[in-house]
Amino acid sequence: MENLKLELKAKIIENLNLEDIEVSDIKNTDALFGDGLGLDSIDALELIVMLDKDYGIKLSDPKQGKVIFESIDTMAAYISENKTK
Amino acid sequence: MSKGVAITGMGIISSIGNTVEENYQSLISKTPGISRIESIDTIHKNNIKVGEVKTSNQEFIQQLGLPQSNNYSRTALLAEISVLEAVENAGIKDMNSCKTGLISATSVAGMDKTEKYYYSLFEESQNRKYITAHPAGDATTKIANRLGITDFVTTISTACSSSANAIMLGARMIKAGKLDRVIVGGADCLSKFTINGFKTLMILSEDNCRPFDADRTGLNLGEAAAFLVLESDAQVKKCNKEILGYVSGYANANDAFHQTASSENGEGATLAMTKALKIANISANEIDYINAHGTATNNNDASESKAIRRVFGDTVPDLSSTKSYTGHTLAAAAVIEAVYSILALQNATVFPNLNFKTAIPETNITPVTEVLKKDLNHVLSNSFGFGGNCSTLIFSKA
Amino acid sequence: MKDCYINGIGCVSAQDSTVDSAIENYRVLTDRITHARKPNYRDYIKPAMIRRMSTGVKMGVVAASIAMKEAELENPDAIISGTGLGCSIDSDKFLKKIVDNNEQFLTPTAFIQSTHNTVGAQVALGLRCNAYNITYVHNALSFESAMLDAQLMISEGASNILFGGVDELGDYTTSLFDLIDHVKKGEVIENGILNSNTKGAIFSEGAQFFVLADNISDNSYAKFIDVAIYNVLPQNSIEEKLVQFLSVNNFEISDIDVVILGTNGDVNFDGIYSDLQESVFKSTQQICYKHLSGEYNTASGFGFWTACNILKNQLIPKNLMLNEIKNVPVKNILIYNQYRSENHSFTLLSSC
Repeated sequence: MENLKLELKAKIIENLNLEDIEVSDIKNTDALFGDGLGLDSIDALELIVMLDKDYGIKLSDPKQGKVIFESIDTMAAYISENKTK
Repeated sequence: MSKGVAITGMGIISSIGNTVEENYQSLISKTPGISRIESIDTIHKNNIKVGEVKTSNQEFIQQLGLPQSNNYSRTALLAEISVLEAVENAGIKDMNSCKTGLISATSVAGMDKTEKYYYSLFEESQNRKYITAHPAGDATTKIANRLGITDFVTTISTACSSSANAIMLGARMIKAGKLDRVIVGGADCLSKFTINGFKTLMILSEDNCRPFDADRTGLNLGEAAAFLVLESDAQVKKCNKEILGYVSGYANANDAFHQTASSENGEGATLAMTKALKIANISANEIDYINAHGTATNNNDASESKAIRRVFGDTVPDLSSTKSYTGHTLAAAAVIEAVYSILALQNATVFPNLNFKTAIPETNITPVTEVLKKDLNHVLSNSFGFGGNCSTLIFSKA
Repeated sequence: MKDCYINGIGCVSAQDSTVDSAIENYRVLTDRITHARKPNYRDYIKPAMIRRMSTGVKMGVVAASIAMKEAELENPDAIISGTGLGCSIDSDKFLKKIVDNNEQFLTPTAFIQSTHNTVGAQVALGLRCNAYNITYVHNALSFESAMLDAQLMISEGASNILFGGVDELGDYTTSLFDLIDHVKKGEVIENGILNSNTKGAIFSEGAQFFVLADNISDNSYAKFIDVAIYNVLPQNSIEEKLVQFLSVNNFEISDIDVVILGTNGDVNFDGIYSDLQESVFKSTQQICYKHLSGEYNTASGFGFWTACNILKNQLIPKNLMLNEIKNVPVKNILIYNQYRSENHSFTLLSSC
């Protein structure tokens, strides 16, 4: 699980082009959207594709992302439960 | 006082007809042009519905009498078909009898060819002719050359509001006395590029789109082209022209909120509608019909409804989104809906908003769902695009 | 027509034009394709906004912000952009993914940044500016179309307009134009393009933005007189159209002190300029700039920026001169541009 969390942080930084942020800057409980990391709706769509491409999880409704992408913790929990690859 | 800038001709091609008359018949018979895609081999073909023009490129090439060596993108073919109808409708015999300009709009441009020959262009030379058809200005230059317009020719691209801005610039150029006559409009064909682009935003509907419905499921993309001929009062008088209607109001504002999404309170849209009413010098309660942008995405319809409530208060005029017929034809959408607005004025008819069941609770706006006959003096048409571009046009009865 | 003035200018180009407007220091470009010199983008753009921006968007935002700062303007009455090829980099990126991944696993960022109006939109977003916003995309008339609209806006009563042009080098799009010989062949073009005697141009990228205002200020660069565009012109009628354009503005050829030409070293099309140089402009000081800026659809914006600098500083950099004639002081400048014998434009500026 801890490895998955580190992996997710690195992927988020790379896929979303967060040039000024390091893996160590993101806490597992930090809010990814809004006041936390400051991600927005476009980032949510990027993350949905990441789930599909890297973990074989398909979301059909972008609204589902709101809960899943709350923090690194929630993301990692959802992925380890639902991944197909 | 002048009623605005006179419209003396129009031409259109969309998924509900290849001429103005065919479009009108489809509108009043509630016949949408939404179907499965046939001409583009996309992996999404069973998951989306589109407003596709069923005439093939080859048929257009024959109809236009183009040589087989031509390098027309589908955007240019659609543009040329509709601009020729507009010019004929306006009864223009000699293009250079007065100072004439051309302003067109596109967002897809020649992407249909570029995506098709993406790698093969490098291996075989035969399709390299399409390289110069890739830029946005190409279709405009092709139709300018066909019509013999040499001087004032330009192209606008503000995403889904593009052709509204072409109409607006045309009207301003006439008012400023810089042109006597101007042909304005736009064209966009379907492409893998736009299908996949909107797919990544997760706003493409699997079914026929349902503008302004609480349970709307996203938009249908469409392809289309349309053009209007605008002429100065002096020119109309000199040639004793029949006037189809007037461009009486126009405005462009920016939402300045987000690259793609509209602000929750519809700031840009509200500003555009308010400014257009001011230019037309009429009050909100004089608008008889709103041809809404109404793409049927969650975001647009909520934001547009909010803006309409802000401008019109409790008494929202009769309203519909004709995108339920044609799909969202991107850069062409505003001029397509300009033609429909003029047809509405000419025929004293409000065209219905198809597939509507339940109003959005927050704004509670119920669009017109049946063909409605009533006298119309002023029609307001909205067009909004990526980049916060919001434009509103007002058309008035001749 | 109402009087209007250029009150601020900003330029990102293949030269160090964001920090140094001393054009005589600029080097002659010798590569077939030259990317812009990167200013320190972070000095101008917030980190949260910068992460999705391609070169063109960044260049546009920087040029716009320099022009606005010079004009001491915070919120313009309109933002008017021109771009021939739009956001090629993101457009190329999205297109390549569609083709290579067979339409799967595509993400939205490149698509939403690929629309032609992204620069104008991002400038508006950065300023939270709700004003009129439009983007012209007509090949080598894109910049001039923006200028023409800006002038029209002022005549309709606006006070301060931000307008400009921007084009970026997308790898795939550039490779297409290379394929059909619009880009010069050969590894290095020794001594630059002016005597190359070969076909094609050297490609580059840049952004030039300006503030057009209805009032003169201490910082005004020039008085803007007029602009006219001609999509296609037979070569034998260019002179006639020029005389017409000048006379509408109560000018004669002899009033023009300096003509700025869009000469780009393409042996197939530079004749259009040299014919005029040998006839109608025989007694006029002639200069050119594309050996320093390279060619891009809105490169005439670099020419316009050069004209503004000349009129304000009353100094003509030696490395721009095409003939021996010197007309000082420089009162009136005419800019003439065309690309591959299409998209002709005349722009007229005067000193303040």
